[in-house]
Amino acid sequence: MVKAGSVYFWRNAFVSFSSVIVMVITLSFLSGLIFGNAALQATLASLKGKVDMNVYFLPTTAPDDILALKATLEKKAEVTSVTYTSREDALDALKGRHPDDGTVEAINELGDNPLGAVLNVQTKDPSHYEALARFLKTDNAVSPNGVSIIRKVNFYDHETAINALSRIINATNRLGFVLSIVFVAISLIIAFNTIRLTIYNSREEISVMKLVGATNKYVRGPFMVSGVMCGVAASLITLVLFFFLIYYSRDFAKNFFIGIDFLAYYKANFGQIFGIVVGSGVLIGAVSSYLAVRRYLKV
Amino acid sequence: MIHFDKVSKKYADQTHALAEVSFSIQPKEFVSIVGHSGAGKTTLLKMILAEERPSEGKVFFESVNIHKLNRKELTKFRQKIGAVFQDFRLLPQKTAYENIAFAMEVAGRTDEDIAADVPHVLNLVDLAEKMHNFPHELSGGEKQRVAIARAIVNNPDIIIADEPTGNLDPINTYEIVQILKKINDMGTTVILTTHNKGVVDSVGKRVITMEKGKVVRDDKTGKYIL
Repeated sequence: MVKAGSVYFWRNAFVSFSSVIVMVITLSFLSGLIFGNAALQATLASLKGKVDMNVYFLPTTAPDDILALKATLEKKAEVTSVTYTSREDALDALKGRHPDDGTVEAINELGDNPLGAVLNVQTKDPSHYEALARFLKTDNAVSPNGVSIIRKVNFYDHETAINALSRIINATNRLGFVLSIVFVAISLIIAFNTIRLTIYNSREEISVMKLVGATNKYVRGPFMVSGVMCGVAASLITLVLFFFLIYYSRDFAKNFFIGIDFLAYYKANFGQIFGIVVGSGVLIGAVSSYLAVRRYLKV
Repeated sequence: MIHFDKVSKKYADQTHALAEVSFSIQPKEFVSIVGHSGAGKTTLLKMILAEERPSEGKVFFESVNIHKLNRKELTKFRQKIGAVFQDFRLLPQKTAYENIAFAMEVAGRTDEDIAADVPHVLNLVDLAEKMHNFPHELSGGEKQRVAIARAIVNNPDIIIADEPTGNLDPINTYEIVQILKKINDMGTTVILTTHNKGVVDSVGKRVITMEKGKVVRDDKTGKYIL
């Protein structure tokens, strides 16, 4: 059966070649989606990383109260990091940023450090900041004597921008998912129809096989082997094609997609990408052939 | 051996391909079925191969109703029949050798049997030197001889030949008829459909004449009369 399938593949070289080309296009769509998804996720992660929230404390707040709040925040599942900047560090940073514009002299004239400590908070998703800001406004932990120790939470300054970004990220994720499904479905239909057409050309042959007493399994086998061979050939071509594409466009891609290195991603995830692309090729070839032959077996 | 019991075939447009056809064929007979185009000859053969199902009536092979066979039984049954068609119906991507070997493979014959029998049967139809040619490299007569070799290689009980000389010149026609007669002389039942008077007369055996889906004559040692 394997031998008959291989012979069929080679003797129908032109037809096999056409099927392989169409499957390369299908699998390129699929591979493009894998890399597109990686780029999207990296870009979104990078954008998410740029969104944070600063909690400014009153200059009179005791560092222990702030560190206790830091510990409370760190225990929350949605919080990824909390960085504490003491009053002194905040002052040093300010002086460092404005060494020659009179700011340092103005602060020295005040005689005391006017700055409060700051907690910089980062969450897993920008949509978490709103709930966190609400918590900081209302929780008893931050108002030990009924007076809040917090001077300002800058979420409220950036609320509109953060919420908009949050919505864009969610919408992009959903759109990416839907587009992936649509593209994969379209390319699958194209690949299936190409294989169906090649088998349509062999319908007479199938009926002759049946009339000389071949079982369905015996007729179907070589066509499925040939379909699988098309799938394997197409997936290997696609993998090589993508390697060269990524290799020669890596500088451009790095700048365009905010720092993602596709070549490194390809190397690091090669096993998984190989499995998905070759597995899909084999599956498309085998299932398309199985379904296409089935139609002509009713002799 | 083969028995048609009031077999009718009616299509969706209400035309009758066969109308209450009844006859029997005994083992080792050579039966020519003659008639004009559209008389129902090919439909009759398709009934034997279970390629078509009767609208009414039954077709028996020995005591088995062919159209009651399940898929597996039908496959086995078809291996007992050798079929030869007007348009040869060879597998275009296989050589003459492979076309014949394929019929043996599906019947579960061993590689040793195939290696021994295929050259032998190609020799019988005088085509040994073209065993590695593809169908498109053969003439019409040669293709038909490959088809006959494929039909006889499994020692079938019956050979069904549907207008096997329809696409051939007189010399090839004569040769094909001689091969079919030889196969019949060796004890295989042959059912031949044709509208070639010369073929029927040269065989000189039983002739069933069909007209508009009905059997109108059945002569034991007939001639072509229409």
